[in-house]
Amino acid sequence: MKVGVYLCECGSNIAGTVDLEKVAESVKDLPNVEVSRIYKYKCSEPGQELIKEDIDEFNLDRIVVAACSPRMHEPTFRTVLEDKGLNPYLLEMVNIREQCSWVHKDVEKGTEKAAALVKGAVLKSAAIKPLGRKKVGVTSKALVIGGGIAGIQAALDIANTGYEVVLVEKDSTIGGKMAQLDKTFPTLDCSACILSPKMVEVSRHPNITLLANSEVTEVDGFIGNFKVKIRRNPRYVIEDKCTLCDDCVPVCPVIVHHEFNEKLAPRRAIYISYPQAIPASYIIDPKTCLGIEPLVCSKCKDVCEPEAIDFDMQPEIMEEEFGAIVVATGFDTYPIENLGEYGYGSIHDVVSGLEFERLISAGGPTEGVIRRPSDGKVPKTIVFIHCAGSRDPAKHLPHCSRICCMYSTKHALMFKQLDPDALAINFYIDIRTGGKDYEEFYQRAAEEENVMFIRGKVSELIQDVDKILVRGVNTLTAESVELHADLVVLATGMVPSEGTKEISKILKLSTDIIGFVREAHPKLKPVETAITGVFVAGTASGPRDIPDTVSQAGRAAVKACNILAQKELEVEATIAQVDELLCRGCGFCVESCPYGAIELKAIDRYGHSYEIASVNEAVCKGCGSCAAACLNGAINHLGYTDSQILNLIQALSEG
Amino acid sequence: MSKTTQETESQNPNPNIILFLCRWCSGKGADLAGTSRLQYPPNVLPIMVNCSSRIDPQHVVEAFLEGADGVLITGCNFGDCHYKTGNYKTFRRMSILSKLLKQVGVSPKRFRLTWISATEAAKFAKTVTAMVDELKKLPPYKINGKGGEEL
Ligand SMILES: Cc1cc2nc3c(=O)[nH]c(=O)nc-3n(C[C@H](O)[C@H](O)[C@H](O)COP(=O)(O)OP(=O)(O)OC[C@H]3O[C@@H](n4cnc5c(N)ncnc54)[C@H](O)[C@@H]3O)c2cc1C
Ligand code: FES
Repeated sequence: MKVGVYLCECGSNIAGTVDLEKVAESVKDLPNVEVSRIYKYKCSEPGQELIKEDIDEFNLDRIVVAACSPRMHEPTFRTVLEDKGLNPYLLEMVNIREQCSWVHKDVEKGTEKAAALVKGAVLKSAAIKPLGRKKVGVTSKALVIGGGIAGIQAALDIANTGYEVVLVEKDSTIGGKMAQLDKTFPTLDCSACILSPKMVEVSRHPNITLLANSEVTEVDGFIGNFKVKIRRNPRYVIEDKCTLCDDCVPVCPVIVHHEFNEKLAPRRAIYISYPQAIPASYIIDPKTCLGIEPLVCSKCKDVCEPEAIDFDMQPEIMEEEFGAIVVATGFDTYPIENLGEYGYGSIHDVVSGLEFERLISAGGPTEGVIRRPSDGKVPKTIVFIHCAGSRDPAKHLPHCSRICCMYSTKHALMFKQLDPDALAINFYIDIRTGGKDYEEFYQRAAEEENVMFIRGKVSELIQDVDKILVRGVNTLTAESVELHADLVVLATGMVPSEGTKEISKILKLSTDIIGFVREAHPKLKPVETAITGVFVAGTASGPRDIPDTVSQAGRAAVKACNILAQKELEVEATIAQVDELLCRGCGFCVESCPYGAIELKAIDRYGHSYEIASVNEAVCKGCGSCAAACLNGAINHLGYTDSQILNLIQALSEG
Repeated sequence: MSKTTQETESQNPNPNIILFLCRWCSGKGADLAGTSRLQYPPNVLPIMVNCSSRIDPQHVVEAFLEGADGVLITGCNFGDCHYKTGNYKTFRRMSILSKLLKQVGVSPKRFRLTWISATEAAKFAKTVTAMVDELKKLPPYKINGKGGEEL
């Protein structure tokens, strides 16, 4: 056995706190160590070459690399071994950056710790063995969760590459928040006009199965082979039979708030979210309908000529397998109810940005004429408050949502275009226009369309007869500002949707403090997640506008297709293995396995039949729980065997 | 099993703690502490396994026998274990072990089990710091003729 030890300086990231010369000195006399070297960037091409040269020169068969977290470069160095014909599992990585140099300032102690860890790895490497890599087949079908613009785009891109896609949407229709918008910055294209052709394409695409009104309830398995349970909630209207005639709506006696219109308008218990909704079918809201358990009303059913209504529909659970998953479950706006300081709840004519989208939309409750919620009057002066509940870590959200400056500018500009004599006043902290043509859009609003921008925070909103008294400060002139507005619009930022939080739990994705899905790498792996084979696109992973959402969806689709295109995938080799001679057939391991991967099977030995444990390698995921349960050390966890762990414990415990 | 020595700051200026991390949440939380440049004492020596349920109570005993002053086991929060129920098993196994350790005279302060999510870097740093501070107040743990106050 010949061990090569490589210590990475990582620029000054490691070398700044750890004296690598000393560490190198301390490993020299350890058993089996042939060579130890320090290099500036071990992960660089020349750094890798050095290892390869040494493998040739010294006939090395164990490699220890002390560098960053194995999460970063374990695959890189495994490839180095493979290139030289060595088994990739003969590599042992030591994390002396994230768990040493970056967390300790004391050079002496940092060096001691690094030396101890490297020693541990060298001793452990004596017990490591080559492992065979398993291959498993790939289900070449993708699951996209969430049907906003991100999910729509990802589904279309995957489907157009030639793979089957199932698109699961929780709501009665796809489209997401983009469907609620009137026009979109910076071009002011009508949102529905650019979105609905894509929605129709989804519904017509031969490779896409759209499951609206459905939820993912359970996910099992791993890259290439996810087993997913999907609950299809009953629609109570048979999609194929519904002709959108609208006869059912006028007869429905139940009137409730319409969510799509941000509760600014009513809907019936049977309804369609908006005319372009896909699937193009009405739906019954079981919470308010009087026809579903107990059946006390069947007015809609009575008038429905195509007989599309079925009160007896039941939820259906489907089980399907997928090779890759794209999470596109989107955002919600920060709850405006939390913004009591801006009079929300007490002053009727304070609305959110999304509510304003519905008020100004030709398809909205006021048919595009902006009317205030209190008395239906058309406002002459509107105050737009940027960063409402954002960039305020003490009370609200710490982050900037990137879109609110732009959409407030858009709102003000659209309002001025409707009524050039009106006053549109924006209060802002900073104007952030970081997007292509965004600054120009803002300049146009300020200079050509006479939208007013006041740098400063609004301190108070007070109902003053039928107007709202707005008090604030202009921080550029240091003067206080007082003016009367007819309507105030709060530009609320983005938070992860409830659906995003739920799906993160189900898929065990890691999230940030706000609850957005965390990317595998914030810069280089922006759509990958902690779980290989699961990708995230759009606002589920953080605030972004439509162009960025669409680009991410494209990347997520490519990444998913990368997997679907393979016939077989290599999976981890660190699974359980039974020593048939030692096994006494007690079955403790069988009980401890979360996957049912172990069973007792009868074997014949010298004419005696007895039971021993047997591992199904395709099902074992390598948690190692069985190895800890075995009293006899008869079942081991490859890559983490008792002897490997004990070698490490021995090296590290001495102190 | 005599416990006559007084607990003071200076009993053991340099306790040596074996830290078990799982590859998923707690390992990521520990890495995040690094990425965020949080500082904690260098007295913990990490051993990473796939899941906390891989840790055999015997590993813990072995660590003490080999002279460790403490053992800290970390895993994902309940419900977050990458292998569904691994951490529940860890919890049960280590609960039994902690009773046994206590019976043979190992101070409960020397053995801890805690859950750290991938985002809880601050909790990780705090847990480590607190445990190191506690162990400084206990004498070094050495047995088998190498000294040791508890056995
Ligand atoms: C007031 C306002 C104005 C805006 N104006 C503009 C603009 O002019 N230009 C611009 O570029 N951007 C604008 N934006 C931003 C734009 O709305 C977003 O970038 C875009 O909608 C994000 O799309 P998405 O698919 O990521 O999320 P969403 O639109 O939120 O879609 C998510 C979808 O997933 C579904 N879902 C959620 N959870 C689950 C689950 N667990 N299972 C199944 N389905 C689920 C939801 O029902 C929804 O259909 C604006 C935003 C706001 C709030
Ligand atoms: S994977 Fe972290 S405890 Fe099981």
